[in-house]
Amino acid sequence: MVLLKEFKKALLTSLWFVFLTFPIVVIKVDPIERTVFWRWQNAFYMAVGTFSIYLLVKFYQHRKENQPKSSDAGENKLPISSLIHRILLNPVQRNIFIGIVAAISIVFPHIFSTYQTNVMTTALMYVVLGLGLNIVVGLAGLLDLGFVAFYAVGAYTYSLLNLHFGLGFWTVLPIGGLLAATFGILLGFPVLRLRGDYLAIVTLGFGEIIRLILENWGKFSKGPSGISNIPRPGFFGMHFNLEQSVLYTYYLMIILVIVTIFIVNRLQDSRLGRAWIALREDEIACQAMGIDKRKTKLVAFSLGAFWAGIVGVMFAAKTTFINPASFTFLESAIILSIVVLGGMGSIVGVVFGALILILLPEYLRALSEYRMLAFGAILVCMMIFRPQGLISNIRRTYKFEKKSPPPVR
Amino acid sequence: MKQPILNVTNLTMDFGGIRALDSVDLDVNSGEIVALIGPNGAGKTTFFNCITGIYQPTGGDILLSLPNKSKKVSLKGLKPNKVTERGLARTFQNIRLFPKMTVLENVMIGRHCRTKAFIFGAIFRTAATRREEESILETSYAILEKVGLAEHANEFADNLSYGAQRRLEIARALATEPLLLLLDEPAAGMNPQETLDLDHLIKQISQEGQAILLIEHDMQLVMSLSDRIFVMDYGKKIAQGTPAEIRANPAVIKAYLGEEVDA
Ligand SMILES: Nc1ncnc2c1ncn2[C@@H]1O[C@H](COP(=O)(O)OP(=O)(O)O)[C@@H](O)[C@H]1O
Ligand SMILES: [Mg+2]
Repeated sequence: MVLLKEFKKALLTSLWFVFLTFPIVVIKVDPIERTVFWRWQNAFYMAVGTFSIYLLVKFYQHRKENQPKSSDAGENKLPISSLIHRILLNPVQRNIFIGIVAAISIVFPHIFSTYQTNVMTTALMYVVLGLGLNIVVGLAGLLDLGFVAFYAVGAYTYSLLNLHFGLGFWTVLPIGGLLAATFGILLGFPVLRLRGDYLAIVTLGFGEIIRLILENWGKFSKGPSGISNIPRPGFFGMHFNLEQSVLYTYYLMIILVIVTIFIVNRLQDSRLGRAWIALREDEIACQAMGIDKRKTKLVAFSLGAFWAGIVGVMFAAKTTFINPASFTFLESAIILSIVVLGGMGSIVGVVFGALILILLPEYLRALSEYRMLAFGAILVCMMIFRPQGLISNIRRTYKFEKKSPPPVR
Repeated sequence: MKQPILNVTNLTMDFGGIRALDSVDLDVNSGEIVALIGPNGAGKTTFFNCITGIYQPTGGDILLSLPNKSKKVSLKGLKPNKVTERGLARTFQNIRLFPKMTVLENVMIGRHCRTKAFIFGAIFRTAATRREEESILETSYAILEKVGLAEHANEFADNLSYGAQRRLEIARALATEPLLLLLDEPAAGMNPQETLDLDHLIKQISQEGQAILLIEHDMQLVMSLSDRIFVMDYGKKIAQGTPAEIRANPAVIKAYLGEEVDA
């Protein structure tokens, strides 16, 4: 009975999809020959594909609902997630894991080409961006769709200070971070009262404002033509050729990633980190427990923005050319996807999310035109199958050797 | 020797045209358990929301006496977190825990306003920060033991049973070291055994010197616990007195049982 109903629904859904996609997949107009091709076989594929995907999803949902709900089984069903949790919770395995990752990171540029190293450096930048946004979205629960603005602030800080005052990379690195953090506070003030959708819209607007200013205030930012000849990061006045410079930037990014993970991890495990999570979980209860909502939110905004600013400086130094087109809403969406895909609030998750989302399209060049489509599809699938992200956060547990029996599990 | 802790005078709260609180006076002395009762919609929760800064009252004053000081501070116009810092801590009628934090972390949040570590301390884990974290852990764990939730310390709060969640709310409020503990219907939805446990817990806390203001519908619990009772109806205080006085008060009986009593 239920089965028949589901089949009927699946049939209707697939017909609807065929209808929706009809103009794209079936009709093909050849303007030179002035002929129209009707690719009926595509409609058939679409119907069969949708039909089976629909049934698959239903089947999965059905199985999920019928499973006895136990608190932990639900969380770590994905093999990769439970595997990584197990590795990270065991000190010996964790050190081996870290050792392997470190070894790979060190030898990577020596095995792979300059091009690959460059791609990896970009991915590492997104790791740091993701970790920054993770503070705001994953920990404090503030949906920020304008994160790219802080990235732009960092990049333009370096370009402009270098252009006008000749300041070097290392001088500007902290300045860019701090300036972005200041902008984080500036954005934070007006949106303190907002939550959820409203916050998302305002931050989205903020991101666009920054980009539009950069685009239109030609005297200040050189407008759409951008700023070129930005110096690469230096090392005590040494001069690198291009290849060495790529290598150097790569290692800088590795160090930055390590520093970021270290700091974010400590923040997360601190009194401040707990306050962020409490704020995410229940704003009113959080205030009633004596947490200053304004302060906590502003700190989250500014610390998140700080990392974006730092990466912005790195970005300008790496590409040696920036213009406002690098800081569109798409960037914010990608960074947000990294956080959501990886697992909100989970550092390991965000690292994986960034590597997957940035490296995958690079290596699957054929797919790269469909990047946005893939994003959409991945995110929709994640919402359905794994709302907590690839690798959910490991909850912190505390041990009391002296006073209590170990937690029974 | 009983000293006043909380003095609320003429507290008034309007929601648009509706007067949810109408010149309510209430006071709590140190070491006392005071109950606030009244039919649903009488304005009891609104009273809590006003004195804890979640709503800004339209009129009246809320004075808190700090221990060892003759001066009283007004809580009116303060933000909720400032009120908690001053010494009022509350639970919620509809449980408001942090569901995806562990039981222990929920209590640790309560320590927030009594501790200081910030960005710098968090990143560099200075000796002071480490000591503070340790003391937060110890205090929180001790409170969990007191309310009987220690063995659930590392579970998510939303995995607890209903009664345990209510107890965790009390634990979290206690962690802020309040001068006055406000409980909004702590026994709501509890089974008789859980209610009995709660009765013991509240008595135990009270014996340690904690002043408590309690909203509750379970009359047996109210009569067993309270030193004094305030009764509200339609936003007004209609009676106050000892449990015995309240039981015999015709206005209270009328409010609870309706007009038929007179007939
Ligand atoms: N935020 C609000 N806006 C409008 N009316 C409210 C609000 N909060 C409470 N009220 C009204 O105040 C009255 C008292 O409610 P409440 O304090 O929850 O009663 P009690 O806790 O005694 O059952 C009710 O009539 C309710 O509708
Ligand atoms: Mg109520």
